[in-house]
Amino acid sequence: MTVLEVKNLNVAFHTESGRLEALKQVSFSVPANRSVGVVGESGCGKSTLINAILGLLADNGEITSGEIIFEGDQDLARLGPTAMRGLRGQSIATVFQDPMGALNPVLSVGRQMRDIQYRSGLSKRDKDARSVAMLRKVRIPDPESRLTQFPHEFSGGMKQRIAIAMALMMEPALLIADEPTTALDATLEVATIELLKDLQRDIGCSVLFISHHLGVIAELCDEMIVMYAGEVVESGTTREIFHDARHPYTQKLLACDPARLSQRVARLPTIAGTLPDLRRRPSGCVFQPRCDRADAQCLTTPPNAPIGGSHIAHCWHADVSLGAMSA
Amino acid sequence: MSEDLLRVSDLRVSFRVGGLSARLAGRATEIEAVSGVSFTLQRGSTFALVGESGSGKTTLARTLNGLQPVRAGTILFEGQELQGLSNAALKPVRRRMPMMFQDPVGSLSPRLSVRSLLSEPFVIHGLSDRDLSAEVTRLLALVGLPRDFADRYPHQLSGGQARRVGVARAIALDPVLVVADEPTAGLDVSVQGEVLNLLNDLRDRMGLSMLIITHNLHVVRQIADRMAVMYLGRFVEQGETEAIFRAPHHPYTAALLSANPEPDPDRVHQRITLPADVPSLLARPSGCEFHTRCPQAQRRCAVDVPAPVAVGNSRLTCHFPLNT
Ligand SMILES: Nc1ncnc2c1ncn2[C@@H]1O[C@H](COP(=O)(O)OP(=O)(O)OP(=O)(O)O)[C@@H](O)[C@H]1O
Ligand SMILES: Nc1ncnc2c1ncn2[C@@H]1O[C@H](COP(=O)(O)OP(=O)(O)OP(=O)(O)O)[C@@H](O)[C@H]1O
Ligand code: SF4
Ligand SMILES: [Mg+2]
Ligand SMILES: [Mg+2]
Repeated sequence: MTVLEVKNLNVAFHTESGRLEALKQVSFSVPANRSVGVVGESGCGKSTLINAILGLLADNGEITSGEIIFEGDQDLARLGPTAMRGLRGQSIATVFQDPMGALNPVLSVGRQMRDIQYRSGLSKRDKDARSVAMLRKVRIPDPESRLTQFPHEFSGGMKQRIAIAMALMMEPALLIADEPTTALDATLEVATIELLKDLQRDIGCSVLFISHHLGVIAELCDEMIVMYAGEVVESGTTREIFHDARHPYTQKLLACDPARLSQRVARLPTIAGTLPDLRRRPSGCVFQPRCDRADAQCLTTPPNAPIGGSHIAHCWHADVSLGAMSA
Repeated sequence: MSEDLLRVSDLRVSFRVGGLSARLAGRATEIEAVSGVSFTLQRGSTFALVGESGSGKTTLARTLNGLQPVRAGTILFEGQELQGLSNAALKPVRRRMPMMFQDPVGSLSPRLSVRSLLSEPFVIHGLSDRDLSAEVTRLLALVGLPRDFADRYPHQLSGGQARRVGVARAIALDPVLVVADEPTAGLDVSVQGEVLNLLNDLRDRMGLSMLIITHNLHVVRQIADRMAVMYLGRFVEQGETEAIFRAPHHPYTAALLSANPEPDPDRVHQRITLPADVPSLLARPSGCEFHTRCPQAQRRCAVDVPAPVAVGNSRLTCHFPLNT
């Protein structure tokens, strides 16, 4: 079964300097019980994708076409705000990129954790007990006495863990997480990955996971999609992408990972050039202005090349494998 | 190069926690989030602070910047003692020691355009007679953002773009020491490389020093000359970065470095897993404060507080150091 299927999704923002195409023909699916990772350059549209799925696009943004099918029968692109809010409170849980924004600064953490259990029918005491158990799972020290504290009294990573605890308490069908581990130290990051894996096993949920930390994606996700300038340029299993990346952008991205450097270098590798202006997309392949392999065909015609099985790379020269990219 | 720019000695910072009821019940009402930290940072060098979430890194950085009162100890910056200075006296200090905050979007006022955000440091420091629009353009170019981003508002920026605006604000005036809390969180590896190369360039060109807090151990290795590892508000190990990565001596450092996720789905990890129970600052463990979770702990660890020892070029607090 497929929990989420995004088909040909297009999203635009209207700005003073013109219309900006933030997502273009985005298609992918999240199967039941699977974790799908999303990676890509800052500004490539990952958060926009999540916001579109959740019906939380900014006022100047709109879904111009496409479908977002949830659990086989609901098109989230067409769902009204009330129904959407219902889903967000129940079957789809989210952990946002900015944990400070996810918590209400004027309510105690205990109160906020109680509030999200409003459907449970539990007594106040039992709700608090569940909150404490969950906080302990995400390794907040002294959870009992910390329920009365306010968000500003917690460190950055603690707030992130509280946000994760709150999302897990909902036992959702789909957990969407945008950079949920950036504020966590390496031991906690690994523990959080394990926690998400356990959760997936226990309650059978699917995870859509955004991260710039390629190591985390490699450890947690079964499948992944690589985005560039609002388009999915490559998708496949995590193994296929890390060991046999075919899109030049993916290859360059993996090569930039400092995890692959075993000692200090004078200059860190980067990808020359910048993201294209999304108000004026390049013709042909979207990566063509920065691609070493671009030829005449790349400048004129958008590419499409299945590699085999689930592995897809949108590149005219996707036959060039660099061999195992990981160290 | 070898001149001390910043010298912190036995710094302590505490918070009051718990309400009246906790106080009446006689429960501890203060936590020492930074608990006797000492280190020096040399001009032109980069010092990284790593450690457990909640161990006091941000509190330490905020205290250096005068945003949190010092309870005890001294902060000597460019020869001037900072503890106890008034806000007015700290203003010129903040110009020399700007801080980049942990939260990229939240630390930018939502109502201000990028142009205003980048002009603000000049206005605050009474330099509005400068050609502000030229300064804004210069700063945007410096951090690799297109010029027309000046008209955007924070909510119209991606996380990474907001981060670059933060870097631009920090380096707007004439910094000698940038204190950066997670400067590359939320950046993809390529942009992260750009930001770090940028900070390295500024260090080479302007002799900038940096104190960087980060959970990204790969970043630490690439940018920091020296590093310190924090646990429960104290430095458990500090020394030269490369040496610590090659041979960590404190068991907590070893566990931390072993946890680092690697970009290979087939990698078999040999991790040192720590028990989940993180001790509370309200009830610090006896002896070595790490003994409740330490894979190396012996009986004496629960009783005797380890004194700081030097192993190689590192200083650490452990009775049974590794890799000696
Ligand atoms: N409300 C908005 N109005 C105009 N442009 C916007 C708006 N929100 C986002 N954008 C632009 O859309 C593009 C995609 O932004 P998005 O936040 O989705 O990126 P991202 O992939 O999440 O980046 P990061 O990794 O840095 O968080 C960016 O160029 C961004 O500047
Ligand atoms: N304003 C405050 N009031 C009470 N306690 C606080 C306050 N700010 C921080 N603390 C506590 O001080 C300790 C250290 O917090 P700090 O934010 O310095 O940690 P950190 O090392 O930066 O963690 P992270 O890596 O998660 O950002 C934590 O226990 C935190 O809960
Ligand atoms: S002193 Fe003992 S408990 Fe503390 S870190 Fe060393 S071995 Fe572990
Ligand atoms: Mg984002
Ligand atoms: Mg912090």
